[in-house]
Amino acid sequence: MGMRKKKAIILFIIALALVGIGLASGEYWAVLEKARKVCLECVGIG
Amino acid sequence: VLNCYSCPSAVAACPIGSLQHAVASIRVRLSIGESQFGLYALGSLGVVGSLVGRFPCGWFCPFGLVQELLHKLPGPKLRIPRFLTHLRYAVLALTVFILPFLVLDAAGYGDTWFCKWICPAGTLEAGLPLVVANAGIRSQVGLLFAWKVALLAAFVLWMIVSMRPFCRTICPLGAILGLFNKVSLLRLTVDSDRCASCGDCSRACPVALEVPRRPNSPDCIRCLKCVKTCERGCLDYEFPLLSRPPRSEQPAP
Repeated sequence: MGMRKKKAIILFIIALALVGIGLASGEYWAVLEKARKVCLECVGIG
Repeated sequence: VLNCYSCPSAVAACPIGSLQHAVASIRVRLSIGESQFGLYALGSLGVVGSLVGRFPCGWFCPFGLVQELLHKLPGPKLRIPRFLTHLRYAVLALTVFILPFLVLDAAGYGDTWFCKWICPAGTLEAGLPLVVANAGIRSQVGLLFAWKVALLAAFVLWMIVSMRPFCRTICPLGAILGLFNKVSLLRLTVDSDRCASCGDCSRACPVALEVPRRPNSPDCIRCLKCVKTCERGCLDYEFPLLSRPPRSEQPAP
């Protein structure tokens, strides 16, 4: 396996770990809750 | 990945919006003992980036499609100077990380600077439909919305004369995913021995790359038009989970 592939796989595992930590600390629900609100940032009155 | 926060039917948020909200609320969250730093959004970008780099820019982004369609309109065409393509890193650093972290309101929260002041994709895909469809929202919009519509109009004009100006000069999502292009599992390969330097691939490239010299540049949106265009078969893509016969084994025309 080439060095580039190894780097990609290491990055993938680190990223997956970050997702896992984020999930464990409740970030997903914060994101989902925010996404379900109409925050109106796009029209400048959010 | 590409849903704007502002879309009422969004089931998942734009990762750039999520990152800004996470950065903007770090201090408040820390003060109440919550340790949420936007790792979920950052990690999601890392997962996509390490697998396929900027592939979503070339194949999924609805704003990219709008840009390509507008560029098909007839008229004079302009190249985008190379130095402007570095601007997206400054936009990413300033509006997604630095300003949301440093500039706080009385309650200790920062602002989502990119969504609020810049994002023309949000204005087109979420802001305008909301304002058109909802009289209550229409009555509340003010100067900030006028600024965003003006910015969108400027980008629309730029899209007609230049190919994908938003992706190449401003988009912070593309800036993050592009950083993974050099190491991602999906990559372009060049058979230099076969390349006749005809330039067909570079002319087909929507981001004006010299493809044989910089096949895995952070600017590449992985649309694979160059691979399709190359008649000699010296350009190809590689992805470990897809087994396909190497084009280099085919005879050159």
